[in-house]
Amino acid sequence: MQRIFGLIKDRVGALLADGTVDRVIGWEKGEFLYDHTPAIFNAEDDLVDLVYDGFCASNLSKYLIDESKKDGKILALLKPCDTYNFNQLIKEHRINRDNVYVLGIECRGMLDIDKIRALGIKGIEKVEEQGDELYIQTIYGDKTCKRNEVLLEKCINCKGKEHVAYDELVTSGEDIPQVESNRFEDVEKLEAMTSDERFAFWRGELSKCIRCNACRNVCPICSCVECVFDNKDSVVASKANTDEFEENLFHIIRAFHVAGRCTDCGECSRVCPQGIPLHLLNRKIIKDINEFYGEYQAGQDTNSLGPLTDFTKEDVEPSIITEKGGEK
Amino acid sequence: MQKIGVFVCWCGSNIAATVDVKAVVDAVSHEPGVVYATDYQYMCSEGGQSQIRQAIKDFGLTGIVVCSCSPRMHESTFRKTAISAGLNPYMVEIANIREQCSWIHKDREDATEKAIILARTAVAKLNLNRPLTPGESPVVKRALVIGGGIAGIQSALDIAEAGYEVDIVEKSPTIGGKMAQLDKTFPTLDCAACILTPKMVDAASNENINLYTYSEVEDVSGFVGNFTVKIRKKARSINADICSGCGVCTEKCPSRKAKDEFNMGLSNRGAIYIPFAQAIPNVPVIDREQCIKFKTGKCGLCEMNCPAGAIDFKQQDELVERQYGAIIVATGFKPISLENFDEFSYSQCPDVITSLELERIMNAAGPTKGKLLRPSDNTPPRTMVFVQCVGSRDTSGCGKTYCSKICCMYTAKHAMLIKEKYPDIDVHVFYIDVRTPGKNFDEFYRRAVEEYGVNYIKGMVGKVAERNGKLLVQGSDLLADDQIIIEADMVVLATAIEPDESARNLATMLTASIDTNDFFTEAHPKLRPVESPTAGVYLSGVCQGPKDIPETVAQASAAAAKVIGLLAKDKLRSNPCVASSNEMLCNGCSTCENVCPYGAISYVSKEIRSAGKMEVRRVAEVNEAICQGCGACTVVCPSGAMDLKGFTNKQIMAEVDAICR
Ligand SMILES: Cc1cc2nc3c(=O)[nH]c(=O)nc-3n(C[C@H](O)[C@H](O)[C@H](O)COP(=O)(O)OP(=O)(O)OC[C@H]3O[C@@H](n4cnc5c(N)ncnc54)[C@H](O)[C@@H]3O)c2cc1C
Ligand code: SF4
Ligand code: SF4
Ligand code: SF4
Ligand code: SF4
Ligand code: SF4
Repeated sequence: MQRIFGLIKDRVGALLADGTVDRVIGWEKGEFLYDHTPAIFNAEDDLVDLVYDGFCASNLSKYLIDESKKDGKILALLKPCDTYNFNQLIKEHRINRDNVYVLGIECRGMLDIDKIRALGIKGIEKVEEQGDELYIQTIYGDKTCKRNEVLLEKCINCKGKEHVAYDELVTSGEDIPQVESNRFEDVEKLEAMTSDERFAFWRGELSKCIRCNACRNVCPICSCVECVFDNKDSVVASKANTDEFEENLFHIIRAFHVAGRCTDCGECSRVCPQGIPLHLLNRKIIKDINEFYGEYQAGQDTNSLGPLTDFTKEDVEPSIITEKGGEK
Repeated sequence: MQKIGVFVCWCGSNIAATVDVKAVVDAVSHEPGVVYATDYQYMCSEGGQSQIRQAIKDFGLTGIVVCSCSPRMHESTFRKTAISAGLNPYMVEIANIREQCSWIHKDREDATEKAIILARTAVAKLNLNRPLTPGESPVVKRALVIGGGIAGIQSALDIAEAGYEVDIVEKSPTIGGKMAQLDKTFPTLDCAACILTPKMVDAASNENINLYTYSEVEDVSGFVGNFTVKIRKKARSINADICSGCGVCTEKCPSRKAKDEFNMGLSNRGAIYIPFAQAIPNVPVIDREQCIKFKTGKCGLCEMNCPAGAIDFKQQDELVERQYGAIIVATGFKPISLENFDEFSYSQCPDVITSLELERIMNAAGPTKGKLLRPSDNTPPRTMVFVQCVGSRDTSGCGKTYCSKICCMYTAKHAMLIKEKYPDIDVHVFYIDVRTPGKNFDEFYRRAVEEYGVNYIKGMVGKVAERNGKLLVQGSDLLADDQIIIEADMVVLATAIEPDESARNLATMLTASIDTNDFFTEAHPKLRPVESPTAGVYLSGVCQGPKDIPETVAQASAAAAKVIGLLAKDKLRSNPCVASSNEMLCNGCSTCENVCPYGAISYVSKEIRSAGKMEVRRVAEVNEAICQGCGACTVVCPSGAMDLKGFTNKQIMAEVDAICR
């Protein structure tokens, strides 16, 4: 991780110096060692604060909506999965591509601090990443663990290490092991439940929601000029605020709004302070879309019509929908 | 605040017998905005309407709810009532308490409760209605007919007679359709060609009619009064302007392997061919898959022999784009494939044929010059068996569930014609029922039985098998309660018919709807039988449902009358219930543009002030003249920027709330 960070920093410095770009969006240290936050760097000298390690999960593509409207060119550090959202936003005419220089950066998967703690590793002071091993300094002495044991959910189900959009790539040339996974495993479990069980499951999960809006605010797809839930005139907003059951529908409505557009970047679940598995809602829809309309990955490209906004003669008939999904 | 009047109709006993109309009046009079509520026996009658007009005046009503039948039935009636009392017609809401309530419920209490809910839902919506004013759009005075069978020809002739231009797009090389393949036609037994070919000639020579044969519709956009259609004129490989139709080329062509479609594959044709002698246009076409020149580069005999020099191997498909005010679909039918019906041995035994094949065999211009001969050995048959309902009225899943309607009659026709010409042939007909409603139809069938001695057997055939050059037909005789075996020389299958395979694709292009069998659906099965639910698209012939020639022609003329009525107008009032985007909320994401079936949405860059700062944003704009108010855009818009006048998100939410209250 150190090595790739060095390569990135050098390249970013050079591109700033030669005037290719005017600004850079990357990450800087946050309050804790595991919460690096997005930051803008305006000059080479500022780059001392730039960081890149296993705690740079946050997806920077959303910031480009505003940043690309400003004068000058901005360099964006995008991990492979972030580039899917970048493409989706290009497709929706939200990012001005001309004003962005995408530096595609290598990613070994991001780390979940809670999983490290769950291994009994407490009082963490420093995490050092060396290949597939983590060396962790704690107030109780040094510990180690395997990187793959403590990956974020979204990184276990990684879409692959290929960038789908970039102007330039920075890679170390090292092999990156993929974790074996079936991203629909948990969705299948939900599908196997009776509808009562499933209702109870979601009521249980969604009623934990404190409506902090973190999931929506972090989501690169939820980037509406004004969200319906902030719009007093939208009827939806006032309803969602009055009744505890309707509040649950905030998530259902959001899931439908991002249907066919959600890239499964996993940010919503990652940031939820209540640990609600929001990605399962999105993945259920992704799975249905794949089954009904053929495999589709949002953000794979910038010009295809989304499966829910395109009509073809091969589209499923209602009878097949009931056959394939929902109540069997 | 609105001042709303509610008018509850009894519809005689249609509503009042199941719904307590007084209870509805009582309940709804307490709803917000309602200042007057009453009931009446027939709201749509002059008496009912004058009550409405009076109440609008007396109470200064700003909107009315009529609780009655479906809006499809009388919405326009009550809108006119409103106009005559000085009220905007879009301040009228209909609560359908007949089709959606009294007719489908038995329990009076339940039905009354539901009627109250429907009434208060309409009130909740009306509270948010705003007066709307329709715009106007011009009408292109030209019609398009898709399909050049008897249906398409008749529609085109009628429209042309009224003085409007019509184009016929026919996918095969000639107009005429299936009727051109028939020998004689029931119930009068006149020869099909004698009555059809003059009409084909009329169509070709009428200066208002323009034929695009060997052509297909590739794309349709626009809307009633102003459709834009892309037509692909497939390359015939002949310069039609100089071809004299002498046919020398077709005689010289050495390729003879292609099955002749016109003769249902019972004979072969050349690679360059004219489908039949009276084809219109009388211009050959080269089947490039069969042509030796196209396959090997050598040959060109036709080119060498053509006295006009009309052969053009390099001809390309041509794309034409034209505007039309109205479109008639007349794409007809085809017999179903018999692959699911192994029991009849159709694919194994050449002497088992379909009825349409028999038409060709009986036809003087057909493969046997009109002599009834077995395809296997060209000998005359002694015994013939007809099987009706092959694949029709079939609930096993192998065929079609519907009745093909024409088979009973044409089978009687076939049996009679054979008996007339060859009295010694034994003719047996297996049937489930004989259905002969229609003028002179039952008399026709009885003649076959009584005068010509055709043996009708009620029952189905279980199996046909070939043995020693004979066909063993095993069937049941339900009336005698007996299993029988007939040794036949030929078996004729009255094969079910289905819509042309292009129907589905075409329906998508036209945004017209089709039923589960791919027949085009009419706007109303009883009251609007020749209109499709899409404005400006009309239906003619078998593409809408099985029918014979008299019915086809009647429908074709009816569709033409509708088109003429439309083309006679200079301008159409457009529907004011159109979409519009709130630029303050629009993301400019193009999602709505992608789903709009009419291409009504485009984008502009606009300076927008929000949260105190100016910003240039890409925002959606709806062209109100093109928008048809389908609402697709409003559903996909995530931010709720897109809304539909007359059916706003707020109105729909208010309705849902009123139902769930
Ligand atoms: C065996 C048999 C015997 C019959 N005998 C009688 C009888 O004796 N008396 C009687 O009244 N009726 C009879 N009928 C019924 C009669 O054939 C039909 O009622 C009549 O042909 C219907 O005409 P149509 O124009 O609707 O369809 P069609 O005749 O099928 O014409 C449709 C035309 O549209 C063209 N087309 C299809 N799709 C497209 C497309 N996408 N683009 C462009 N062109 C297209 C086709 O090539 C065709 O030319 C018989 C039918 C059969 C099968
Ligand atoms: S819904 Fe969640 S997973 Fe999907 S794009 Fe938004 S943040 Fe990513
Ligand atoms: S929830 Fe819907 S309206 Fe709100 S930001 Fe997300 S997509 Fe836009
Ligand atoms: S982040 Fe979690 S708690 Fe916050 S609004 Fe979303 S689901 Fe609710
Ligand atoms: S309502 Fe929307 S989608 Fe439908 S025609 Fe109008 S603009 Fe197009
Ligand atoms: S879908 Fe909505 S937000 Fe997107 S362009 Fe259309 S009106 Fe604007």
